[in-house]
Amino acid sequence: MSDVAERVKKIVVEHLGVEEDKVTENASFIDDLGADSLDTVELVMAFEEEFGIEIPDDAAETIQTFGDAVKFISEAS
Amino acid sequence: MFDLSGKNALVTGASGGIGGEIAKALHAAGATVGLSGTRVEPLEALAAELGERAHVLPCNLGDAEAVEALPKQAVEAMGSVDILVNNAGITRDNLFMRMSDEEWAQVLDINLTSTFRLCRGVLRGMMKARWGRIVNISSIVGATGNPGQGNYAAAKAGMVGMSKSLAYEVAARGITVNAIAPGFIATAMTDKLNDKQKEAILTQIPAGRMGNPEEIAAAALYLASNEAGYVTGTTIHVNGGMAML
Repeated sequence: MSDVAERVKKIVVEHLGVEEDKVTENASFIDDLGADSLDTVELVMAFEEEFGIEIPDDAAETIQTFGDAVKFISEAS
Repeated sequence: MFDLSGKNALVTGASGGIGGEIAKALHAAGATVGLSGTRVEPLEALAAELGERAHVLPCNLGDAEAVEALPKQAVEAMGSVDILVNNAGITRDNLFMRMSDEEWAQVLDINLTSTFRLCRGVLRGMMKARWGRIVNISSIVGATGNPGQGNYAAAKAGMVGMSKSLAYEVAARGITVNAIAPGFIATAMTDKLNDKQKEAILTQIPAGRMGNPEEIAAAALYLASNEAGYVTGTTIHVNGGMAML
């Protein structure tokens, strides 16, 4: 697993309080990991901080799964 | 009873009667205060009176960019914004049939839209801190209406609906959002009324007098406190019984 993926996973685990093995490529934050809509905003905020990037609102909306987040951040940073 | 040591509060309209008293009350409870307003002189005077833990942050709330920048300036000056008091407000009274689009827009912009923008601007920090207090100063006329104040009443009622919606969204993050609806309080804003108008108003107030800015500040201090952590989405009416809501 890439460094980005490791760091994203750590944030997701800490933020949503889920088991690490639940955070799979296609795991949806809302449908599979129990996040509510505000949690997803907070996750995006945490990603921005961890990776020193800006994630605009329209891009944030496309980040639905763990895989989406890793892909977006890898391309942006 | 209420200790705000270590908390940073941003108060808009701090150059006015009610805002100034709110800033004083929060400061007296130990908070660091950011005093915002359009008129720098009274803000400087208040900051000098308060001494330490007071910062002057001038802002024209009619200027969208300046409003966006204010929370950031407050964070630079104080380190965070834990408490936001949206107190600034203007009136442009006119009979409904004569009210211009401009009078309507100015009042909605400054009283309601700037409140929305400032709330949005401070949320990120509050969410991270898992603690925040937003106190929006509405008005009795938002609940009762008032002839000649269609714009002002709309803005003040709007603040209540907005506060409740935001309160829902952030309640689980330790952030409370409440409103205070002052009745007739003796300030420069109500000084504009003539004696006859004041007399007519007094007959409608069971307490038989106008309120003091300190009585609004006391409600704001409570809502800003740790002790009020379970109070959210509500409106405290401070009006001498003028409207028992």
